[in-house]
Amino acid sequence: MMNKKHLVLLASAGAITLAGVATAQADTLEDTRSRGAIQCGVSDGLPGFSAPDDSGEWQGLDVDVCRAVAAAVLGDADAVNYISLNAVERFTALQSGEVDILSRNTTWTTTRDTTLGLNFTGVNFYDGQGFMVSTDLGITNASELDGAAICIQSGTTTELNLADYFRANGMEFDPIVFDTSEQTVGGFQAGRCDVLTSDTSQLAALRIQLDDPSAAMILPDVISKEPLGPVVRQGDDLWFNIVKWSLYAMINGEEYGVTSENAEEMLSSENPDVARLLGQDGNYGEGMGLEADWAYNILSQVGNYGESFERNVGMGSPLEIERGVNALWNQGGFQYAPPIR
Amino acid sequence: MIHNQTMIEQRPAPSSSVGAVAWLRTNLFNGPINTIFTLIGLYILYLLVVPTVQWAFINADWVGTTRDDCSREGACWVFINARLSQFIYGLYPSSEIWRANIVFAMFFSLIGWLAIPRLPFKRWVAIFALIVFPVISFVLLYGGYFDLPKVPTHRWGGLMLTLLLATVGMVGALPIGIVLALGRRSNMPIVKSFCVVFIEFWRGVPLITVLFMASVMLPLFLPSDMSVDRLVRALIGLTLFQSAYMAEVIRGGLQAIPKGQEEAAAALGMTYWKRMGLIILPQALKMMIPGIVNTFISLFKDTTLVMIIGLFDLLGIVQAALADSRWLGFSLEGYVFAAFMFWVFCFSMSRYSQYLERKLHTGHKR
Repeated sequence: MMNKKHLVLLASAGAITLAGVATAQADTLEDTRSRGAIQCGVSDGLPGFSAPDDSGEWQGLDVDVCRAVAAAVLGDADAVNYISLNAVERFTALQSGEVDILSRNTTWTTTRDTTLGLNFTGVNFYDGQGFMVSTDLGITNASELDGAAICIQSGTTTELNLADYFRANGMEFDPIVFDTSEQTVGGFQAGRCDVLTSDTSQLAALRIQLDDPSAAMILPDVISKEPLGPVVRQGDDLWFNIVKWSLYAMINGEEYGVTSENAEEMLSSENPDVARLLGQDGNYGEGMGLEADWAYNILSQVGNYGESFERNVGMGSPLEIERGVNALWNQGGFQYAPPIR
Repeated sequence: MIHNQTMIEQRPAPSSSVGAVAWLRTNLFNGPINTIFTLIGLYILYLLVVPTVQWAFINADWVGTTRDDCSREGACWVFINARLSQFIYGLYPSSEIWRANIVFAMFFSLIGWLAIPRLPFKRWVAIFALIVFPVISFVLLYGGYFDLPKVPTHRWGGLMLTLLLATVGMVGALPIGIVLALGRRSNMPIVKSFCVVFIEFWRGVPLITVLFMASVMLPLFLPSDMSVDRLVRALIGLTLFQSAYMAEVIRGGLQAIPKGQEEAAAALGMTYWKRMGLIILPQALKMMIPGIVNTFISLFKDTTLVMIIGLFDLLGIVQAALADSRWLGFSLEGYVFAAFMFWVFCFSMSRYSQYLERKLHTGHKR
């Protein structure tokens, strides 16, 4: 009896998901053009990734992806409607067509990519779980953490990753679990634990909240892979290509040295890569239904990937996150975009 | 009879039985045990109040525009100052804020007009407030008419959204609640069972579930070209939920009216609606004021739950502001501000209801 009920529930849940996917196979490009704006799903506030600034404008690394797509498709990076979504409803909002792009620090995993009717278009931030320790401890890497008391935020995969890492390395730890990030910082500050663990992008934000940020340091070790990227619905390959190549245009822009400041001068550049990127040689937007200046619009209005990184999470922001693995491929990082030609 | 003794002059009471000293003696220091408790109480108060005052006022930073203007020894009210317009209007475009201001001004003057008994034309003002004002507010806030640029609802937020949710919830829930309460007491089986099922269903599910269903499940059932605005979804969910509670409060009031009242009205030849409208409800509603206001206050605070469906009400916008990397670490200031705003509104509602009770206390005062 119980099993039968469960089956019915599962089946109806599956039917709902399928129905959601099937009904949402519209022409997203056409929809955004007739609406005159892109529906962008962002977080309800994550430092450096998406948060409203003093004047009420959304800012952040994730926000810049949506701005780039808006610049490419509509020629105006400001033509974006931001819909803030929490972790539970983010995929439903995308499946049901409430948002066109989900750019909400979402980790790319097999389950999400293959079972939810969604496609990840790339990675705009390679995140991973790291550790913050008090500088007094004199610890320099994670292998010295045996027996440490560690502050964690509950209900996240962080707990699981931590247990896996310590078991794999044959070390012991004493978890101290908190409910919110503020409490976690409070616990670390009060000395309840020696170490605080979270995703490295968040550690920087947590460190600022300490009374004396210089009394804590972030260890170089990263114990999990959390590639974060924008997500679109399955079944609209044109839109998938647009979002994917908007991100690639930002990364290529950095590689070829095109910035928001020099984009106009670069239009007359002799470099064939730059000429193709900015639409001076051939029209590479045609295959996506876009104008030849699609990438020029992105780079002049939003800037290249490096600019966006520095402005939102890097040295130009209070978070001061190092480029690290998010540097370009030719500077020791993972960020690599296929060529435009 | 001759009085040969002169009366003793009236003298003031001994200083030990009047004034502040006597009050202190009778209330705080009567006997050794009470004296000890008083001293302990004063000490605890001292421990609490001094650091709070120091944090909130003496060491606090008031002027500036960035986090560098804050010494971090006390509260950083600069943060609240820099974000104040966002806390009030949400992400409403700054060039259009005058529209929200007009709505705010009309809202508060209408409430004031209806709340102050001396002012005339109550009936017309009430009709205006219930029928014309919502239309004007919608046109002004949403735009799209008379060359006003459209402001989509996902940009609404802050105190404006909290007041909108609470007001629509209250104004919608009261009449629906009255109808449901009357329906539940009715003798007609279909009406009665519909009302019972409706009330028990909405009272049986938590508000957070209602909001989640409205935001997560509903879009999957609807065809993709039809989308209901998420603010509208939240408003409908909130109103239906509150009306069920309101119905039970009102039913409690109706049951307190003796049956003789209705029978007497029926004996005079009044119809059902006349009996209810002229005899029963006016008596019942008066007694229900504490219950109704209680429901209103809890509704006002429940509006913060819309945060979980991505609407930025007052508390939600404060939390979003806390995630701005330029203002990290001022959560205490943000939450204190939000708590203060909620207290101001809830306390005013509570005081007004007490005033209303005193004014309408004819015949039932204890």
